[in-house]
Amino acid sequence: MTGLINSQWVPRINPHFRLQWEPAQEAYVLLYPEGMIKLNFSGGEILSRCDGKKPIGNVVLELQQKFPEAEGIETDIKEFFATAFERRWLSHE
Amino acid sequence: MSDISTTAVKPPFWLLAELTYRCPLQCPYCSNPIEFASIKEELNTEDWFRVMREAREMGAVQLGFSGGEPLVRKDLPVLVSEARRLGYYINLITSGVGMNADKIASLKQAGLDHIQISFQASSAELNNYFAGSDKAFAQKLAMAQEVKKQGYPMVLNFVLHRGNVDQVDQILELSARLQADYVELANTQYYGWAFHNREQLLPSREQLQKAEAMVQQYREKFGEKMKIIFVVPDYYETRPKRCMNGWGNIFLTVTPDGTALPCHSARQLPIEFPNIREWSIADLWQKSPGFNIFRGDDWMREPCRSCPEKSQDLGGCRCQAFMLSGDAANADPVCDKSPHHHLIKDTVAKAQCEAGEQPLVFRNWGNSKQLMDKC
Repeated sequence: MTGLINSQWVPRINPHFRLQWEPAQEAYVLLYPEGMIKLNFSGGEILSRCDGKKPIGNVVLELQQKFPEAEGIETDIKEFFATAFERRWLSHE
Repeated sequence: MSDISTTAVKPPFWLLAELTYRCPLQCPYCSNPIEFASIKEELNTEDWFRVMREAREMGAVQLGFSGGEPLVRKDLPVLVSEARRLGYYINLITSGVGMNADKIASLKQAGLDHIQISFQASSAELNNYFAGSDKAFAQKLAMAQEVKKQGYPMVLNFVLHRGNVDQVDQILELSARLQADYVELANTQYYGWAFHNREQLLPSREQLQKAEAMVQQYREKFGEKMKIIFVVPDYYETRPKRCMNGWGNIFLTVTPDGTALPCHSARQLPIEFPNIREWSIADLWQKSPGFNIFRGDDWMREPCRSCPEKSQDLGGCRCQAFMLSGDAANADPVCDKSPHHHLIKDTVAKAQCEAGEQPLVFRNWGNSKQLMDKC
């Protein structure tokens, strides 16, 4: 699955979703018509970096620098990207 | 244990702002109260600003502008701007009548996230008959195309009933042509005007089974591209729905005159509900008797009280219990454990033959007044 994720891709939030920080939930959430997906901590860290400018490779690097103790983080991140593309939370160029 | 005096009440997640009961259409299954004609004093812009601000401070995220037809409110664009500034995800629930391309664009500019257009059927003839307007269908088609063109996620809503449920395939074909992202096929729920017209609207079991099979085929065909939501009619169930996901749990409706309700049909219950003109949103949500009366499960009687499934369905719908059994604290008669379940069974049995002979009563000012005079 993660092999299909290309580090050069530049992900952006699908305009049919809105990503925002919700203080009441203490989490990032994805909002869509009449619904909400509450993201876990790592999901929020990843999606909040998908600004339509940064390639996936840079998102991985940033997170590796921010969380140096986390081992094998690249695989986890790419797995999350695979899910996020499949569910259409993200699109890419 | 569900003692609400010691358990913190969760904040509302959904705010449904029913801006007005005025509407150019006359759908005979409208969920507005039969007596809407007696309710005239609408909240003003400042009132709505306060409602939205206070609900948002508590943690509400999803906001629906509904009605009646919310487009008849001249202040809709400023309400949308303020809602966006507060951080809401904003849904406009509309018939599409009274809309045009410029309004769609300016609402987007103001921060509107999503427009849900309701259709009454897939053909002009049927649609316009049920809407009580001979121009509605063409207008809806044009507006659905415009909504798509302007980049909104597009949700189409069809209320299903005896008179259109056989056309589910055509409804889904039309939705696909319009490139809908979501299609909501909502079987009529029997409240308000729909309850009054129940004998004409309730489909037969055979009609429903065919419709459901058709929906399944289209789901396989479209997958993620067009999501189909099929809201089952609970008269054909043997367990009640988890109504509003619990009384005073996630859902707050504010009606055109400021009465706050735990669901949009609760107004008919013999309960005094708080009005936002006299209460803050936090207080009415947490402390008002109206919002606490059916919170948790302490209010339950048998057969709910000792039922192992009570935490799943929460005893079902309070309005349905009231309308059918005469007491809102009874089990929802949809449940086959309810001593009133025969009322549902009898109604369903009748629906297997022909529709009732009474003509449909359309939702309009004149009929509202007439029905009130009768009571």
